[in-house]
Amino acid sequence: MNIIVCIKQVPDTTEIKIDPVKGTLIREGVPSIMNPDDKGGLELALRLKDQFGANVTVVSMGPPQADVIMREAFAMGADRAILLSDRKFAGSDTLATSYALAGLCKTLDYDLIIAGRQAIDGDTAQVGPEMAEHLGLPQVSYVCDAKKLDNGNLLVHKENEDSVQVLEVEGKCLLTVLASAFEARYMTVSGIVEAYNKEVEVWNADKVGYDESRLGLSGSPTKVFQSFPKAMKAPGEVHEVSEEEAVELIVNKLKEKHII
Amino acid sequence: MIRSFAENEVKPLAAEVDEQERFPMETVEKMAKLGIMGIPIPKQYGGQGGTVQMYIMAVEELSRVCATTGVIVSAHTSLCMAPILEHGTEEQKMKYLPKLASGEWIGAFGLTEPNAGTDAAMQQTTAVDAGDKWILNGTKIFITNASYANVFIVMAMTDKSKGTKGISAFIVEKGMPGFSIGKKELKMGIRGSATCELVFENCEVPKENLLGQLGKGFSIAMKTLDGGRIGIASQALGIAQGAMDETVKYTKERKQFGKAIAQFQNTQFQMADLKTKVEAARFLVRSAAWKKDNGIPYSADAAMAKLFAAETAMEVTTKAVQFHGGYGYTREYPVERMMRDAKITEIYEGTSEVQRMVIAGHLFK
Repeated sequence: MNIIVCIKQVPDTTEIKIDPVKGTLIREGVPSIMNPDDKGGLELALRLKDQFGANVTVVSMGPPQADVIMREAFAMGADRAILLSDRKFAGSDTLATSYALAGLCKTLDYDLIIAGRQAIDGDTAQVGPEMAEHLGLPQVSYVCDAKKLDNGNLLVHKENEDSVQVLEVEGKCLLTVLASAFEARYMTVSGIVEAYNKEVEVWNADKVGYDESRLGLSGSPTKVFQSFPKAMKAPGEVHEVSEEEAVELIVNKLKEKHII
Repeated sequence: MIRSFAENEVKPLAAEVDEQERFPMETVEKMAKLGIMGIPIPKQYGGQGGTVQMYIMAVEELSRVCATTGVIVSAHTSLCMAPILEHGTEEQKMKYLPKLASGEWIGAFGLTEPNAGTDAAMQQTTAVDAGDKWILNGTKIFITNASYANVFIVMAMTDKSKGTKGISAFIVEKGMPGFSIGKKELKMGIRGSATCELVFENCEVPKENLLGQLGKGFSIAMKTLDGGRIGIASQALGIAQGAMDETVKYTKERKQFGKAIAQFQNTQFQMADLKTKVEAARFLVRSAAWKKDNGIPYSADAAMAKLFAAETAMEVTTKAVQFHGGYGYTREYPVERMMRDAKITEIYEGTSEVQRMVIAGHLFK
């Protein structure tokens, strides 16, 4: 069984702050990590590998620094790592990203693709499902459990808001996975040692062969117009009163709060 | 990886292990599974094939949350596996290292005696050649991991007339006839670490368990301690870093006179000095480990790293308690434990005074 796992390097958003003026993320000094849902996906792949034997290939699109998470994947037990890295991918939205990753998957031999449900820096939950569309694969999103059946099909649990749907999937498919359902294993010491003896394959766009108008900024119909932190405001009080009563009410409130 | 393991698996037990003076066997088993018990041992002997640098970084991260766990790994690795790896025969390596490196067995080291502390040459434990075996008699004290260890590196006098050149090293296994574990020490810190006496009463050790050449025991012990000191320096560094982290967190939360105590210049200046010392200690420790990894003499480097890291750990933890005020003196906060744990790093595997002797010895040779 050949499994492809899509992983992404993201800033650890539990430690991130937002520039109150520009409304953008302050990334300086924020550690980069493997996206938690993707790590859950890798864990699922490794559990299938432990049980049935499998070749697990992790793929990612990102700058050369993403090498770190590829090696982390090796240290957890992945067999192969391919990093798509090229300036042509810069500025990609989810559509261009899914097109690029799907194109990479087409060149590989696989039985199953696993992606995280969503990345903690964008929270779109679109890349996995879009990849399935590009590849013409059946997909199950929000996966909280998956087992391989004797007939070779997958028995997949999909978590809905108020229920769990159980599906049997035949043939090649794409799953998007919840981190909370697959607690990731620790890297092992020997895994870490070996991770640095293994090669992370870095592929550029030419190696895959794309319609370049669909890559990067030109392939991205989504533009971020503005981002801003949610303003936290205490709920106000509404009083339907006359003008005189309003004056008295306000004066009393201000006295109550020791403002006047 | 070690940090998340330490945070998730080791930290939650640290207070309990200290309070109950309990050896955290469940943690050792988990560390064994991940390969932490055999980091710098080559793969052909069942280890992980990592470097000394990786190993001491692991000790630092473990000690950051629990100094007991740090010293279990350090004594096991530096004091038991390292001398077998560096001085053992191929048969000895094949017999002992795979079980030790996998964590199935725990290792320990016995040099100190009631009358041979810093003056380690005054060994009174004897080993007599009885033809097909060695007969050991004597007592070792303050032995880390003792009651849980399966393999011990033990120094004994084989020829008193030759002084330090009459000391030899032996590999002793738990259960060898005449070998028993004596009383357990009740300690100020690292209270989860099992520190006991070793008692040899006509203990029979097979002939092939002599480690290294006859009469080379003292030299083996000193070389072993050179390596061990990098481990203890890392433990001290970890304790210091742990106390720093706790204090930064606390002083940002704790408000007095209407503001967080982290906003007072006294706090900031003192913490800046401590941070600088912790980083300086880290560079000394990493440099000593780098030299050991690269086959460069590192004896003085290890002594400087241990001296500085241990004294830094003591200073940082003492000030950490002060910054925590009355709360720091209680067991509600971990800095109280860290201050007790830090003290031993100035004492074991050579006191700070011994480190100064070693450093001066290199300086004035």
